[in-house]
Amino acid sequence: MNLDALKVVLVDDDEDDRLLFKDAIEEVDINTNLLLFGNGQEFMDYISLSGQPLPHLVFLDLNMPIKDGIQCLTEIRSTSTLKDLSVAIYSTSSSEKDIEQTFIKGANIYINKPSDFSKLKKAIREVLKLNWQYHTSNLNRDTFLLSI
Amino acid sequence: MKLYLKYDINIIFRKIVEEQLDKLEVDYKINGLGEVEFNESLSGNTIKQLTSLLSIYGIDIINDHKSEIVQRIKDAITEMIADSSIEKQFKTSAYLSDRLGYSYTYLSNIFSESTYTSIESFVILKRIDRAKSLILSGQLTLTEVAYTLGYSSVAHLSAQFKKTTGLTPTVFQRIIKERNKELNKL
Repeated sequence: MNLDALKVVLVDDDEDDRLLFKDAIEEVDINTNLLLFGNGQEFMDYISLSGQPLPHLVFLDLNMPIKDGIQCLTEIRSTSTLKDLSVAIYSTSSSEKDIEQTFIKGANIYINKPSDFSKLKKAIREVLKLNWQYHTSNLNRDTFLLSI
Repeated sequence: MKLYLKYDINIIFRKIVEEQLDKLEVDYKINGLGEVEFNESLSGNTIKQLTSLLSIYGIDIINDHKSEIVQRIKDAITEMIADSSIEKQFKTSAYLSDRLGYSYTYLSNIFSESTYTSIESFVILKRIDRAKSLILSGQLTLTEVAYTLGYSSVAHLSAQFKKTTGLTPTVFQRIIKERNKELNKL
């Protein structure tokens, strides 16, 4: 039995996108606890406070003011306490080059922002499910890649 | 001066458990032998709270039967994927019910209820995980990897790899190679 709700973070500067994501994740049949941030700097400030429990999964929008998704990802991967964090890049770009670059920079998951709500829900469920397997089963986290 | 105390461990246990359970404001009955019965099932948060209240006294909640079964299924699957001779000899269902001593239907229901996924999907996930490490070790060709893992062809392996990760084995290999270079720079 998994007693803990999955701790999930979304970093996105677009308020509509944040609300849509919040509605979608609430409709998924997996117990989650969602925190929202408006840009990479806000999230990094929050996570650097000591004693903060690490989220199970962080969704990062690619294009944001102040600190964008890639800068934030690079910072996460070069911080020893955050190295093992699962990071999902959440972006409107579907270019293969962008996808490969984010994986090379250390992302685990790349989600091409779906165009409608039901697809978004399905994608979130898929990602949460797989991420949960990586947290609870004996799977190699270093090679955890998913493009969806 | 010294005093010698005589005590009854059962009374102490009952008293501690009562005191902690009262904090939760739920109806309960202590049945003795470490068993507590509740009129209603407890929420995850309540169980968590109780776990931490009792842990101070060295009292642990024994994990339920279901999580034990799920763990044993996962272990058996890990073993099966690591030893391809098992997979060639048995069907997953026969292997698991034989190893764990329960019917496959029973195991499969418990697994799906507790993990958000089916045994079949978990087997695929484990097999692709092994495929990744075989591919990255660089000692086998993709054809050999497919054969080792019991796939009928490279196409079958590639299709399942793509379905599970969203990437082809070749792109996956390139990404990990580039990423390792990148991480070494940091």
